[in-house]
Amino acid sequence: MEKFLNKDGKVIVLNLVKTIQENKDYLSEVDGLIGDGDHGINMNKGFTICGERLKDADADLSESLKTLGRVLLTEIGGSMGPLYGTFFNRMARSCKDEPEINRDVFKKMINEALAGVSELGNAKRGDKTLMDVLIPATEAYNKAIEENRSFKEALLAMKEAAREGMESTRDMVARVGRASRLGERSRGVLDAGSVSCNLLIASLADSMIALLAN
Amino acid sequence: MQRIINKPDMVVEDMLKGFVKAHDDIVMPTSNPRVLKYKDAPVKGKVGVVTGGGSGHKPAFIGYIGKNLCDAVAVGEIFSSPTAQAFYDAFREADSGKGVACLYGNYAGDNMNVKMAIELAADDGIEVKTVVANDDVASAPKEERHKRRGVAGEVFMWKIGGAKAALGGSLDEVIAAAQKAIDNTRSVGIGLTPCTIPAVGHPNFEIKPGTMEVGIGHHGEPGVEVCEIKTADEMAKMMVDIVVPDLPFVEGDEVAVIVSGLGATPVMELYILYNKIEELLAEKGIKVYKSFVGNYFTSLEMMGATFTAMKLDDELKELLDLECNSMGLKVFGK
Repeated sequence: MEKFLNKDGKVIVLNLVKTIQENKDYLSEVDGLIGDGDHGINMNKGFTICGERLKDADADLSESLKTLGRVLLTEIGGSMGPLYGTFFNRMARSCKDEPEINRDVFKKMINEALAGVSELGNAKRGDKTLMDVLIPATEAYNKAIEENRSFKEALLAMKEAAREGMESTRDMVARVGRASRLGERSRGVLDAGSVSCNLLIASLADSMIALLAN
Repeated sequence: MQRIINKPDMVVEDMLKGFVKAHDDIVMPTSNPRVLKYKDAPVKGKVGVVTGGGSGHKPAFIGYIGKNLCDAVAVGEIFSSPTAQAFYDAFREADSGKGVACLYGNYAGDNMNVKMAIELAADDGIEVKTVVANDDVASAPKEERHKRRGVAGEVFMWKIGGAKAALGGSLDEVIAAAQKAIDNTRSVGIGLTPCTIPAVGHPNFEIKPGTMEVGIGHHGEPGVEVCEIKTADEMAKMMVDIVVPDLPFVEGDEVAVIVSGLGATPVMELYILYNKIEELLAEKGIKVYKSFVGNYFTSLEMMGATFTAMKLDDELKELLDLECNSMGLKVFGK
């Protein structure tokens, strides 16, 4: 069965940090169209703090995810701090006692993370938020596992669904969050939270696929 | 950017340092750099009053820390909610064992961070109850009042809640008084120029020269109408026509009024606006019992103003008249 070791997983979180750092300006630009234009700044601040804490740390995947979640919750604020903080904390908790990460462990991780974010944010699919990425990505992963496809194939399905989910926000009218005050004026641009969520899901998938190949 | 700053990413830190130095007779730093408290907090035997929100709205939010007002405030980045940790630490600084009233403004980030902070506080045995301000008439239709934003009317919510706590009210009584204040309060804003978050470097929304936006929010959230700039008297009429029918305020009512600048408006012009607002209210038989004109709740360097009215009864009058002392609001009795 395809798997990698929890203790080898720190690189997954370091790659998340790198992804956000590289896309800092792009995220602010997207956010500037219908938001404050500070999404990239805030995300970059949190992920960079986490990157520095992890740099020389002897941490496994679970501990690295926990560090990320904790930093986002305690240092970032806004809407993204609690949402992504909860997302990564839940992921961390779901693999804490698992020496190996296989497709079933990750299934638990992504579904628990989605459940945590859903409880907190109250956003539904179609509201033009990161849920439009997270829900279809998780569903695509679950479906691939049900069809008994490989870990790698399930991750690729998740990644593709995330991208499609992000694209789908373009034609939506925001119903929650600050952009919801814009009504029809929010149509025609991507939701910044869905863009960062897609980047994170894609990075998670790519890093895990690379670890599986080793 | 024509701004008085050092590093754009450090404006909140730099501002807090100056604020604490300037007002050390009222406020104190805490172990969390993003939480300030009243120097005498927690006040023994008193319900703690806490608020919090993004920076850039001075005097809100830290300017309302003080005697008979807020005991502790959580501070966020510019226009961005404080962390759950900051709200939680503010609860701890404010709690004297009688519980904490968290009175805040209905923004998505604040709602989430307060919710998480309340859970953390519950683990410590600190009871926290909330009132969520929703005085901004233009932010959602009346039937969706729960979706409306909190704006300058929050100042009345803090004043009334703070006074009730100071007079020895229980947590439930403080919450009821603050809720009553905001339920009787309506606000509207007009924006004439956009504002720029220093770390972003350019405005994230546009108001074309020669135009104004009626109903604009404190972060540039779009309003209900964009039109050519009108005279102050016409602006006053537009604002009164939005605020008065919504509650509604009717003949015989007594009100407290705030006319606040949005950051770049000359205070002189706020008085020009107030002059007409008072006249229009008087024509409708609505009497201004107390008025506050100045910068009470701003949006960085936005040009524009907000008009807030709170309908009063005997209880609200008594609480409004109670002495208070903070950077943003000072009342010395009736």
